[in-house]
Amino acid sequence: MHSKTFTILQKKKNQILELWLNNQLADEGLREDLISNQDLRASSEELVDVLVSSASDDNLENPESSDFDPVLEILAGVSMTRARQGFSPRETGLFVLGLKEALLTVLQEEMSDSPAELYTESLKISRLLDSFSIVTFETFIKGREDVILRQTDEIAEISTPVIRVWDGILALPIIGTLDSARTQVVMENLLQEIVETGSSIAILDISGVPAVDSLVAQHLIKTVSATRLMGAECIISGIRPEIAQTIVHLGIDLSSIITKATLASALRYAFSSLNLEVKKAIREKVSIR
Amino acid sequence: MIISLSKDVMTITRDQDVVPFRNRVKEKAVKIKMGLVNQTKLITAASELVRNMLKYGNGGETYIEIVSRGRDTGIRLTFKDKGPGIADISLAMQDGFSTGKSLGLGLPGTRRLVNEFDIKSEIGKGTTVSIIKWVNG
Repeated sequence: MHSKTFTILQKKKNQILELWLNNQLADEGLREDLISNQDLRASSEELVDVLVSSASDDNLENPESSDFDPVLEILAGVSMTRARQGFSPRETGLFVLGLKEALLTVLQEEMSDSPAELYTESLKISRLLDSFSIVTFETFIKGREDVILRQTDEIAEISTPVIRVWDGILALPIIGTLDSARTQVVMENLLQEIVETGSSIAILDISGVPAVDSLVAQHLIKTVSATRLMGAECIISGIRPEIAQTIVHLGIDLSSIITKATLASALRYAFSSLNLEVKKAIREKVSIR
Repeated sequence: MIISLSKDVMTITRDQDVVPFRNRVKEKAVKIKMGLVNQTKLITAASELVRNMLKYGNGGETYIEIVSRGRDTGIRLTFKDKGPGIADISLAMQDGFSTGKSLGLGLPGTRRLVNEFDIKSEIGKGTTVSIIKWVNG
């Protein structure tokens, strides 16, 4: 003998789906720009189908039962895509909570004659759907975190471009704080580019670094040493007056490193050590008779 | 007599907290019209101490205060951790001494960057460092 809830679920599947869809469509926050009504209908239908087919008499009371794995999988998929598409947590939450509304409405209609039974069954459904919505939130946030992680990687890559300013001269403008992970990326990019271009001079420009403390200095010194090991010379440029004073007070010894105030003077130094000369061209006047 | 005019608390637990903390210190320094050089010195000192706190004390609490003494206004930063503590403070204050693999300039360098420097440490209980930089210091 099947429990009443289970029978109702089976029998009233379509009614539940319609109610749920109406709930979703009635919400003012429905994002028609992000998801079409057909897609919404399809994903809702799939979820209800799987829910009804995986529910059985005894697992309704046990949301952790492995019978619900397919349901959780679909929910996770839905919230993951919604997180990426830019839905708000509220919109995603309403998706699942709307189903709960629909289920409870149907139960109420069917069991209006016995309030005690209605109460216990509603409680079961509530618990089940609550555990579903927790999963939805978790995966939704995970989806957002994935987006953030991807962006962090992108920023790390964008922020350390190696520029070939002249044949044999590389420049690397560093913007933001130099932490250990960043130094690793900077060093890798720089050393790789030195090999590829056969450059003999690299200019590290720190104009965009807000503060140079002993950790940042240590990272700079390491980068310079590694560059020297590759047979190239490394110049640090962009040392602002206040940074210079701070470095002196901190007691950091950068005297073994060639440092310049501006990228221009570093470039001039690089030219002279490569025996290059930059001259103003003198154009002969063409006289017109 | 030093009077505290405003007090902010910030908890530091991860490397990612260093930059927001530094920005908060900078905001306060700008607010009391500290010059660029002193600002940079204060921020660098803050950066050193907060990194020390993360590395050796596993993070902790920081207080950012605007303080005044007579006609002087300044910023007091306090760093409180519950780490292992420092066994020999006079040794830790020497240039080039480090139990980690760093340059060993954090504590002595910071003392040179600020106007007042105070360190208290108890083995097994933690370390508290407090510094003051005056606007015209």
